[in-house]
Amino acid sequence: MTTRLIYFAWVRERIGTSQEDVELPAGIETVADLLRWLQSRGEGYQHALQYPDVIRVAINQEHVDHREKISGAREIALFPPMTGG
Amino acid sequence: MPAVLVPTVRIQRQDFDVAAEIAALTQGHADIGAVVTFSGLCRDEQGALSALELEHYPGMAEAEIGRIAIEATERWPLQGLTVIHRHGKIAPGANIVLVVAASAHRHAAFEAANFLMDYLKSRAPFWKKEHRTDGSEGGWVDAKETDAEAARRWKQPSSE
Repeated sequence: MTTRLIYFAWVRERIGTSQEDVELPAGIETVADLLRWLQSRGEGYQHALQYPDVIRVAINQEHVDHREKISGAREIALFPPMTGG
Repeated sequence: MPAVLVPTVRIQRQDFDVAAEIAALTQGHADIGAVVTFSGLCRDEQGALSALELEHYPGMAEAEIGRIAIEATERWPLQGLTVIHRHGKIAPGANIVLVVAASAHRHAAFEAANFLMDYLKSRAPFWKKEHRTDGSEGGWVDAKETDAEAARRWKQPSSE
């Protein structure tokens, strides 16, 4: 299944794209797995995700924590802590 | 049971008119005794800032603020609630965010507006980038731990 990954703010800038569609390899079950896998995809990803604890994640446009299962996610967004308001 | 209040949530590039938003919320309601408005503006940081650029997550921004607004209507007896958040490039002195909470009495309106702003700061998917007057790279605004703490104080034992 294809999953759309969306990036915002400095995560987007460091990865170098605002979104991409990926086929997740077998064994990527949680958000934490996804972050680890993405880091192996190149320098930009490594730079963006070098401190995975600060990365906030939304699945299908709802906040989740890093233990959340990602099976069935159409859209996963990665972004820094929010600074609106 | 009173009619369920549906909050007004708007994510927009254009400016808003505070007085017009208050009027829209209170028109035809004789049961409102208190209206609290909060507006957040762009600071110039002693002249160092030429603009703030607000990036947002379209779709989720509306959804998340909608969820926070509905929680506010469940926690306080509100007669009206409007939340507007702007995105794009915003000049010093210009509006960024507006919360208007209307209730029979002031306590609920104050509390709800305060709650909305604290939650918005740490849960609404917006990110501020600074543009500096000297032309140097401004960078992304860092999230403040004080904002996260402010949001946590509203946590109820029953939630999450």
